[in-house]
Amino acid sequence: MKLQKQWPLFEVFVRARAGLEHKHVGSIHAADARMAIEHARDAYTRRQEGVSLWVVRSADIVASDPADADALFEPAKDKIYRHPTFYTIPDEVKNL
Amino acid sequence: MSPYAAHADAGNSKRPQAAASNPATGTRCSSLPDDPRFGYALHLGDNALVLAQRLGEWVGHAPELEEDLAFANIALDLIGQTRYLFSYAAELEGKGRSEDDLAFRRDPHEFMNLNLVEQPNQDFGHTIVRQFLFDTWQLELFERLQASCETRLAELAAKALKETRYHWRFSAGWLVRLGDGTQESHRRVQDALDILWRFTHEFFTPGDVDRAATHARFAPDVATLRAPWLARVEPALQEATLIRPADVTHAWHGKQGRHSEHLGHLLAGMQYLQRTYPGAQW
Repeated sequence: MKLQKQWPLFEVFVRARAGLEHKHVGSIHAADARMAIEHARDAYTRRQEGVSLWVVRSADIVASDPADADALFEPAKDKIYRHPTFYTIPDEVKNL
Repeated sequence: MSPYAAHADAGNSKRPQAAASNPATGTRCSSLPDDPRFGYALHLGDNALVLAQRLGEWVGHAPELEEDLAFANIALDLIGQTRYLFSYAAELEGKGRSEDDLAFRRDPHEFMNLNLVEQPNQDFGHTIVRQFLFDTWQLELFERLQASCETRLAELAAKALKETRYHWRFSAGWLVRLGDGTQESHRRVQDALDILWRFTHEFFTPGDVDRAATHARFAPDVATLRAPWLARVEPALQEATLIRPADVTHAWHGKQGRHSEHLGHLLAGMQYLQRTYPGAQW
């Protein structure tokens, strides 16, 4: 078997606190999933940035095609009625 | 079973004086103050500091950026442990020396680190083997030291254990990767293991600092760490398809302040600034 010269790329997601979602923070190279977690830990959580990590092979991510951007995203531009901006929000409601 | 003999004086009552002040060995001893905790804290702190300095030498040179970071992280954990131990030692000594004085203003023969940790870096695999052997030893020691009647040491051990478990996971993981990797990586780690194994004898051979510590009952007898250490090392070697080298019972005396020439060079670099500009701050 031919040895790969370059380790595969992994995308790294960090959960900052329990209850929050995992957020994409960057990527690292690693030989496998276990090493990817270790590298992600060393690169992205050493200043207490998180309590949980996800890593996923970058190659496994299915991305939208930039060429389709017009078809995919343009139509949303003039549909301002989809934003809930016509409601008055009671003072008691925080964090909306 | 607890490695500590049962004792009722856990706390702050007076402890027996150090065996370190009883020069039974006739060898050149470091000038240990009477409190055995001082020498013991220096011994543990010196292990961490010297190994951290070696790991720091990798920064900018590791084979992958990610491993560069990993070594630097481990080094910083170890420096954190050093700082805790040195400020504790400085407090015990009570002569107004600071943690920086202990790190940067002592000569090689006053350092009480294990000979293993001062061994110069070779290739990546060699550093992994050195780290693995040390991590496993520190793991066994700190697991027992957590129960020490000396609360400051128990606190240090409990905190450092979390770090050490990660260090071990890293070094053991790489040991298996390289040992059970390519022919070339296998040959390199086996060579490193053959060279470094001899230094592990010192792990389990009590020095003056150990004898004083076990006499005062705040630390386990290092000889009792050998069996559990082997029980952790051997399965990893097996998984890594590495052969355990024959035991060499050469008595290294790093803990007694007797070092290889490598430590002098390491300290010359590490201490240069404070030696040249004493008290310099930035």
